[in-house]
Amino acid sequence: MAIRGRSRLSDVVSKHEAAILTDWIKEQLAAVKAADRIGEAELRTECARFLTLLKVALRSDGSHDVSSAAWSETRELLGELSRSRARAGYSPSETAAFVLSLKRPLFDRLRGEIGGDADALADEVWQTTLVLDRLALFTTELHQKSRDEIILRQQQDMLELSTPVVQLWESILALPLIGTLDSARTQVVMENLLQRIVETGASIAIIDITGVPTVDTLVAQHLLKTVAAARLMGADCIISGIRPQIAQTIVHLGVELSSVITKATLADAFVIALQRTGATIGRATKA
Amino acid sequence: MPDDETLPVRSSNDIVVVRQVVRMRAVEIGFNLVEQTKIVTAASELARNTIDHGGGGSARLQSLRNGGRAGLRLTFEDKGPGIPDIELALKDGYTTGGGLGLGLSGARRLSNEFEIQSRPGEGTRVTITRWK
Ligand SMILES: Nc1ncnc2c1ncn2[C@@H]1O[C@H](COP(=O)(O)OP(=O)(O)OP(=O)(O)O)[C@@H](O)[C@H]1O
Ligand SMILES: [Mg+2]
Repeated sequence: MAIRGRSRLSDVVSKHEAAILTDWIKEQLAAVKAADRIGEAELRTECARFLTLLKVALRSDGSHDVSSAAWSETRELLGELSRSRARAGYSPSETAAFVLSLKRPLFDRLRGEIGGDADALADEVWQTTLVLDRLALFTTELHQKSRDEIILRQQQDMLELSTPVVQLWESILALPLIGTLDSARTQVVMENLLQRIVETGASIAIIDITGVPTVDTLVAQHLLKTVAAARLMGADCIISGIRPQIAQTIVHLGVELSSVITKATLADAFVIALQRTGATIGRATKA
Repeated sequence: MPDDETLPVRSSNDIVVVRQVVRMRAVEIGFNLVEQTKIVTAASELARNTIDHGGGGSARLQSLRNGGRAGLRLTFEDKGPGIPDIELALKDGYTTGGGLGLGLSGARRLSNEFEIQSRPGEGTRVTITRWK
């Protein structure tokens, strides 16, 4: 395809800007019920701004390479739009429809202007399709990226939520672990616990692994590192919730937990912790 | 559940899936809790090695019925760098990746049968079997 220095499209857009804008907005309101989620006024502003930028970009870049500098403002606008639509729950195709729905209004005007010259019309329609498809693809990619970021953030929120450090007694903390201890989560666990040890001045931390289904070398290594770091902060750790099948498996793996105090249940660990801190609990005797 | 299936081992999420499916198979075969835990833990080690050292691969799970005997065979395979010295890799505490160096030898101790084939530059295949 020959690359021409100047596109007829930009002239057509300039000449019929107002009419194209009206058609385009009508097209979108019918197709995606965009007005349900963003106001018609907001949509009108976005569309008008896009048309202005499109005109400028077409005029200064004959190659229609949408990744070039001439298109940077257009890309910026589409980026903003994709992000806000991803947040509002639009699907990728609904987001791409913003650009794609401009095709028909543009084709209509091109036909009106150069309909007499079939070759020229085919050429212009082809060029226009290329540009709009590339821009639509760009919105889809950005939409995807935004969704991924949103999901990642939600996952991180969950990580923090699911590893609460609780204070059981003066200077005794407990960390009940539940689920799979993959690396990302263990990192959060470790940091939370160390942080709380500093904040509370706790001298004992009980790490309860009753809710951890598999203790393999990676989990063991994370536990040992946490224990070592806590010790540096002046707190001893007790690991509780080591069920018989886990104990046997750990021994076969060859993991050395002998440097750590371990207990079968959280209750057992708590009793030891109380003794160590000098506290006692007894039933109050009635006089 | 099929008697013979192959799962991808490419991401840490795949390790979780492998553990879950191995656990389900072990229950189906009638392994007790200790036996289940042993084979699941061995699978976890080998799956992680497949990713961390082998660059990803696959896990084949076969339920065996051999006469009166039932068992579970797991084969982990990758096309990674291979292990130049298998004997050394099986030494407790030997690691090239900052681990505890207990995964491979531990998996062997947790299984009834253990077989490893590896060639530098071609990849690694580890097969373990646990009988009921
Ligand atoms: N699939 C593999 N491909 C290449 N090298 C491997 C493979 N599996 C194991 N190795 C080598 O064998 C060494 C020992 O493995 P092993 O699982 O015992 O320890 P690790 O993975 O380093 O630590 P961890 O105790 O956390 O498992 C590894 O450090 C690695 O060099
Ligand atoms: Mg390992």
